[in-house]
Amino acid sequence: MTVSDGGAAIRVRGFGWRYAGRKAWACRGVDLDIAAGERVLLVGPSGAGKSTLLRAVAGLLDPETAAEHEGSVLVDGVPAAAARDRVGMLLQDPEASLVMSRSGDDVAFGLENAAVPAEEIWPRVDEALARVGFRHGRERPTSALSGGEQQRLALAGALVRRPSVLVLDEPTANLDPAGTTTVLSAVGSALTGAATTLLLVEHRVDAAAGLVDRVVVLEPGGGVADDGPPAEVFGRRGAALAAAGVWVPAPWGPAAPLFRPGPGGDVLLTARGLSLTYPHTRRPALSAASLSVRRGTAVAVTGPNGSGKSTLAMLLAGLLPPDEGSVRLGGSERPLHRWRPRDLCRRVGTVFQDPEHQFVTRTARDELLVGPRRAGVAADAAARRADELLERLRLTRLAGANPFTLSGGEKRRLSVAAVLATAPDLLVMDEPTFGQDARTWAELLELCVGLREGGTAIVAVTHDEAFAGALADSRVTVAGGVLAADAEVRS
Amino acid sequence: MTLVQTHLSTDPAAPLARRNPVAKLAAALIPSLVLLVSVDPVSSALLLTAWLLSVPAWGVGWPGLLRRLWPLGLAVVMVALGNAVFTARKGGATLLEAGPLLITTESLATGATAGLRVAAIALPGVLAVLTIDPVDLADSLVRHLRVPARFAYGSLAAFRLAPLLAAEWEVLGRARRARGLGGDRNPLRALTVLGGRLFALLVGAVRRGTHLAVAMDARGFAASARRTCARRPAFGRADAALLAASALLTALAVAAALATGAWSPVLS
Repeated sequence: MTVSDGGAAIRVRGFGWRYAGRKAWACRGVDLDIAAGERVLLVGPSGAGKSTLLRAVAGLLDPETAAEHEGSVLVDGVPAAAARDRVGMLLQDPEASLVMSRSGDDVAFGLENAAVPAEEIWPRVDEALARVGFRHGRERPTSALSGGEQQRLALAGALVRRPSVLVLDEPTANLDPAGTTTVLSAVGSALTGAATTLLLVEHRVDAAAGLVDRVVVLEPGGGVADDGPPAEVFGRRGAALAAAGVWVPAPWGPAAPLFRPGPGGDVLLTARGLSLTYPHTRRPALSAASLSVRRGTAVAVTGPNGSGKSTLAMLLAGLLPPDEGSVRLGGSERPLHRWRPRDLCRRVGTVFQDPEHQFVTRTARDELLVGPRRAGVAADAAARRADELLERLRLTRLAGANPFTLSGGEKRRLSVAAVLATAPDLLVMDEPTFGQDARTWAELLELCVGLREGGTAIVAVTHDEAFAGALADSRVTVAGGVLAADAEVRS
Repeated sequence: MTLVQTHLSTDPAAPLARRNPVAKLAAALIPSLVLLVSVDPVSSALLLTAWLLSVPAWGVGWPGLLRRLWPLGLAVVMVALGNAVFTARKGGATLLEAGPLLITTESLATGATAGLRVAAIALPGVLAVLTIDPVDLADSLVRHLRVPARFAYGSLAAFRLAPLLAAEWEVLGRARRARGLGGDRNPLRALTVLGGRLFALLVGAVRRGTHLAVAMDARGFAASARRTCARRPAFGRADAALLAASALLTALAVAAALATGAWSPVLS
C-alpha cells in the first residue's frame, strides 16, 4: 500500500518572522535540519514561535501579513510556499477545519483541489478513513461527530493528499482527555510504517512524547535552544522547561501536587431537582439534579463531553433558568436565576471556558472595575482591589493592554481576576485549566486553595484529573444529564 | 443537513427531494414569476393546489411542515386581512362597518386573492429550500451554472459556522449576565451591552473564519487552478421533467385564468 510518496527533508536557515502591527518577532534566528522521515516535537514556552514555524513549514505564512521576515524554509530544497502540496496540516480547532457537511465529502475536498480524477477519489478517501480508524462511514454528518472524531476526520483529510510532511499544530488543544487519546493514537497508527516526516507542536507533551524520536526546544526570540532524543532533552532541561510552563512528562517533570482539604463551613448554595431541556432537543440536558455546596469547600464536577456538566455549572451560577427545580444562595428565597445581574455578580463569580467570552472592556484594568461598579462598590476601594489583583496575577504590566490581544495564559488569569474583583462567595469555573500551560495551571490551583481558605465556595467543572485531585473536597459525576454520584466529603 | 437548520425530519430519498438543487430552485421560481405579474384567484389557487398535492413527494411530513410554516400562515392571513381592509374595491354587500373600517364581499375576495398569491409564491420556495443539501447546491451551482468554485465552496464552509455562531451568541449573553451587565431599564445602556455582545461575536467569527481559511488553504484550496468534483451532480431526465412539469403547470394556470377572465396583470 502506498501511503505516501516518501518523507521530505526540512531545512530552516536563519528564519525570522514579525507580524504586521507587532513589535516583537514571533520567531527569530531559527536554524533547523530535519531529515526525511524524522518525527519531531517542538516544545517551548508560550510565545516561542512554535505555531509560526509550523505555518512557515506548511507554506501558509503570507508575506503580506509580515512587517519583516528573514531567512529561508525549504522542503526538499524547494521554498515551502512552493511545496504546499507536499505538506499536510492539522490545526487546533476541528470546528474550523471541516468544510463539508458529510464526512466523506470533507476528506475528498483536498483531492478535488488537487484535481484528482473523480473515479480515483473515493478509493483514496476510504483508504484514508481506514488509516485513521474512522468507523462512522462517509455519510455521517460532520456536525454529529465528537471533537475527537472530527479531528480524526480532519487528519484523514490531510493524509488523503499523501503528504511527505505532516504538520500538527496542537491538534488536541480543544479536546477532552478521551478525544486527545483518540487523535494521538490515530496519528500514531496512521504513521506506523510510513515514511512521512512529522513535525508536531503539542501542549500535552506527556501524551505526545511517545510519537516522536526527537525533541527541539525553541526559545522566545532565541531560535533553537536544545535538540535531541526526548529522554536526553528532558533530562537536561526538564526543570527549566517546567519553570517556563512546559508540561514536561514524567519522570522529568515535577510531581503532581497533593490534595489539601478546605476549611469547610455552612451550606452556601442549595440546588433542588434541577431539570433543563434545551429548545429543539428531545433529551433533557440535565434531569432532577440536587446538590449543596458549603463555604470553604471545593466541588469538582466531572463527566464525559455532552454529559450536562456545563449546563449544571450555568444553572448553579444562576445564568440559565431551569425548567424545574431551583438554586438558592445563602438565606435568599429568590431563585438565583431571577437575581438581577448586578446582585448576582456580587455573590457569584463565573469563569467561562473561553476567557474571551467574558471580556467587556478595552483594557485589562477596566475589566476588573466593571463588576465592582455594577455591584455599587466605592470607586477608590474598587481601584485598590483591582491593582492588588493585577499584581497578584502578574498582570500589572498589562493593565493598559486590550484583553483580546493577550496570550492564552494571560487571558485566563485576567478572566479570573475580573471575576474575583467583586469578592464573590461562590466561584463557578467551567474548565478553568483547559489549554493552560503548567505555570498558569499551578497558579490557578494556588489561587483556588487560597480563596477556599478564606471561606469561598468553589464549583469546578473539569476534565482535568490532576486539578480535581489536588483541589476537590467532594466530587460529583454527571453522565447523560444525571448526577451519578455525590461522593462523601473527603477528609 | 439541509439549507435551513430546521430540526425537521425530511426523507432525502423522496422522488422530488432527490432532484438536482438547481432544478428545484428553478421549478420553484417559474410559478412565482407568473404570480408576481398577475393578481387573480384562479392561477393562484390552481398553482397552490398543485404544489400542496406535491408535498408528500418532497419527503416532508405534513405535521412537521405545518409546525415550520406557522409564520408563513400568519403572514398569509395578515396580507389577506390588510388587503381586505385597505383595498379600494369596496363593492358588493357590506359585511362589517365600524367607523372608517369597511369590509365588503368584494374587498374580502380581494384580500383572499392576495393571501392565496403569497402562499402560492412562498410554498414552492419553502419546499425547495427545506430539501436542498448545501453541498449538493454548491456542486450544482459550480457545474451547471458556472459559479466560481472559490465563491461556492467558500460560502459553503462559512455556512457551516452559522450554528456555531448561534451557540456562541447564547454563551456571550450568559457571560454578560455573569459580569453584572444587563437587566437595565435604561435603553441606552441596554444598547451598549448588546453592542458589546455583537462585537464579541464578530471578533470570534472573524477569528474562526481566518482559521477556516488557513485550514482550507492547507488542503490546497487557494492554490487550485483546476479542481475536480468527487460527487457528480447529475442533471438527468427526472430533473428536466420537474422543470417541464413546473412550466406546464404554470402555463395551464395562466390559460385557466385567461379563459375564466380572471387574469389581471398588476401593471395595467
